[in-house]
Amino acid sequence: MKRIALLGMPNTGKSTLFNRLSGASARVGNWPGVTVDLFTAKIIVGGDMVELVDLPGIYDLHGYADDEKLVRHFLEAQQLDLLAVLVNAAQLDRQLVLPLQLKQLGFPIVLLVNMIDEAKKLGIAIDAPSLAAGMGARVVKVSAKYGDGHKDMMLALAQALTAPEANVEKAPQRLAEDDVVERQAADLMRSSVHVPARLPAQFSDQLDRVLMNQWLGLPLFFLAMYGVFSGVFTLGAPLQGWLGDAFGLVKMGVLEPLLSGAPPLVYGLLVEGIFDGVATVASFVPLIVLFFFFMAIVEDSGYLSRAAYLMDALMARMGLDGRSFVMLLMGFGCNVPALMGTRVMRSRPLRLLSMLVIPFSLCSARLQVFLFIIAALFTARQAPLVLTSLYIMSFVIAFLTALLFKGKRQFRSEEPFVIELPPYRLPTLRQVWVRGWLEARHFLVRASKIIVAGVVLVWLLTHLPAGVAPAGPDSYAGLIGRFMQPILGPLGIDEKLTIALIFGFVAKEIVIGALVVIYGLEGDALTQHIGHSMSWIQGYSFMLFTLIYTPCLSTIATLRSESKSLRFTMFALAWPLFLAWLVSFAFYQVASRLVTL
Amino acid sequence: MSSSLASLLPGQDATIVAVQADEALHHRLTAMGFRAGKPVKLMRRGAFFGPLHVRVGSTDVIIRRTDAIHIKIAPAA
Ligand SMILES: Nc1nc2c(ncn2[C@@H]2O[C@H](COP(=O)(O)OP(=O)(O)OP(=O)(O)O)[C@@H](O)[C@H]2O)c(=O)[nH]1
Ligand SMILES: [Mg+2]
Repeated sequence: MKRIALLGMPNTGKSTLFNRLSGASARVGNWPGVTVDLFTAKIIVGGDMVELVDLPGIYDLHGYADDEKLVRHFLEAQQLDLLAVLVNAAQLDRQLVLPLQLKQLGFPIVLLVNMIDEAKKLGIAIDAPSLAAGMGARVVKVSAKYGDGHKDMMLALAQALTAPEANVEKAPQRLAEDDVVERQAADLMRSSVHVPARLPAQFSDQLDRVLMNQWLGLPLFFLAMYGVFSGVFTLGAPLQGWLGDAFGLVKMGVLEPLLSGAPPLVYGLLVEGIFDGVATVASFVPLIVLFFFFMAIVEDSGYLSRAAYLMDALMARMGLDGRSFVMLLMGFGCNVPALMGTRVMRSRPLRLLSMLVIPFSLCSARLQVFLFIIAALFTARQAPLVLTSLYIMSFVIAFLTALLFKGKRQFRSEEPFVIELPPYRLPTLRQVWVRGWLEARHFLVRASKIIVAGVVLVWLLTHLPAGVAPAGPDSYAGLIGRFMQPILGPLGIDEKLTIALIFGFVAKEIVIGALVVIYGLEGDALTQHIGHSMSWIQGYSFMLFTLIYTPCLSTIATLRSESKSLRFTMFALAWPLFLAWLVSFAFYQVASRLVTL
Repeated sequence: MSSSLASLLPGQDATIVAVQADEALHHRLTAMGFRAGKPVKLMRRGAFFGPLHVRVGSTDVIIRRTDAIHIKIAPAA
C-alpha cells in the first residue's frame, strides 16, 4: 500500500486535514504542538487504498525536541510515496523554506497552501501555477477547515502518486546552504505571492489589545476561567440530576422486579454493586461531555497562547515557562495528553519539571469526585466557591513544587521561550461536537472496563468474608481501613474513605463508584448520608488528598514512558503522596482546632 | 553598538540586521521568521518583565526579553 504523510510547521492544519480526509477525529487545537505522535488512517486516493500519516509539526529539519525527532526518524526510516506539505497561506514568507528543503532532499511533494480562507480575508493573492513552476511540485490552495479546494487536492494527490512531476530531481541532493534556500523562497514570494502593503485591521488585534493588556490581561484570564467552570457547573448539574433519576427509574422498574428472585449475594453484587456504582459514575457523563465542549472551544480559540504570554513571567520565576502553564490548563481535561504535550520542549530538565507538576492539575475525573462530595457537604451557594478553591489549590501545589525543585540540577534549564501567537479562531460546531463525543466514548470505554472491575472488587472486599456486616469492621475492607488508620486517621479520613482512596489510585472515577458500594447507598440517599456522617472539614481534607496524590495509573504509565526514567517516575509518585498527606494533615488539624475554639 | 529587539518600545517598527544566537536558537528564530532584512514591530511587552509580543513579517511571536537580545535591529528604513 502506498503511503502519504502530512508534514508542515506546527499549527498549519495537518490534523484538521487528516480528519477531513479520513473521517478520523485526531485532536485539533489552535496551539502549536497539539499533535506529538504519529497517527495513521486508510483513505482512498484515485481509486486506491492509501495509508495517510498525520505527523507532529516541525519548524525545520534540524530540530531536536522529542516530537521533531520523531518526525525526522519517520522521514529517514519509513518508505514514503508522497509528502503532502502544508503551509499557512498567510505566512508563506517564512514557511516556504521547509517545502523547498524537502524537495531538495529528493522527497516527492505536493504543496498544500492551507487556510486559504484566512489569506483571502487578508487580501493576500497567491498565484498557484507560478508557485508550482518555481517549486517544481504540484501546488493546491485549500482550506482544511472549510473544504475549499478539496477536489483539486484529491486530484493532485492521485496524480502525484501515479505520475511524479516531470522535473523531479533524479538523485536526492544534499541540503544546500540555508541562505541559498532562503533566497529561493524570497524569489518565489516575489514572483507568486502578493501581500497588500497594509493588511486590513484585524479582529485579533483589537481583541488582543484588551485580552493581552498589561493590567487587564491576567484578571480577565482568571475571570474567563471562572466563567468556564461555573458555566459547566450550572449547565451540567441539572443534567446530572436528571440522568441520576433516570437510572433510579431503571433500577426500580426493571432490575428489581427482574432480579428479585435471585440469591441475595448475586442481587447485591449485580444491583447494589455494579449497577449502582456504574450508574452513579455514568450520571457524570453529560457534565464531562459539556466540560470538553468548553475545552474544545478554549483550545481552538487561540487563547491558550495568550495565557502562555500572560503567565510566562510568573512561570519563569518557578523554573518553568508559558508552555508549562498551558499544559497545566490542558491537564484540566486529562493529565495524560498534557504530559505528552511537553514533548515540544527541547530541554529535558524543563520537560521533567513540567511533567512533575502537571499531575497536580485538577483533571475532569477528579472534578467528578469533587462535585459529588461538594454536593453532599456544601450548599448550592457555597459549591462554586469551594470548587474554585480546589482549582486554586491545584495551581498553588504545582507552583510550590516547581519552586522547591527548580534549583536541582536535573530540573534546571536555559531553554529559550519563543512561541508563535496564532490569530483567534472559532471552532466549527463539528469540531466541538467531535471532541465532546470522543471524550464521552473514551469515558464509556474506561467505565465499562476499569470502573466495573473496580466496583466489583470493592463490593467483594466490603462483603467478604461471608456473613460480615457490609463494609463493617470485620470485612476485608474494614481490616485494610483499620490497618491504614494510624496514617490516615490524623487527616480525618476514616476506614471507609480509605478504601475509596486506595481504589482511586487506579482511576479517580472509581472513587465515586467505591463510595456507593461502601456505603451501600446511592443517589440522594448517599449524598445525604455523607452529609450527616462527615464534617465539611473531613470532606475537604479528603478532597485535598484526592487532588494531590497520584491521579491514576495511566498518568504514572505516561510519566514512565515519557521520561524513560524509573527514578523520575518513582519520585513523581512519592512526592505527591507525601505532599498530599502533609497538606491534608495540616488542613485537618488546623481547621478542626479553629472550629472548636 | 547595535540595539536589539528587546530595546524597542511598544508600537515601534524596525528592521532586523542580524540574528546572533547559538545554533539551536538560531534555527528556531529563523523558522519563526526572524531573518536579516525582515521588518519587525513590537506590539506590546508583558507585565512584570514578561515576554515581548512582536510581529515579524506576517507572523506574531512571543519571545522572552532574554532571547530577544540576540536579534539585532536597526531603525525602520
Ligand atoms: N481558518 C482556518 N483555520 C484552519 C484551517 N485548517 C486548520 N485550521 C485551524 O488551525 C488550527 C490548527 O489546526 P491543527 O489541525 O491542529 O494543526 P496541526 O498542523 O495539526 O498542528 P500541530 O499538530 O500542533 O502541529 C486549528 O484551530 C484549526 O481549526 C483552515 O483551512 N482555515
Ligand atoms: Mg496536529
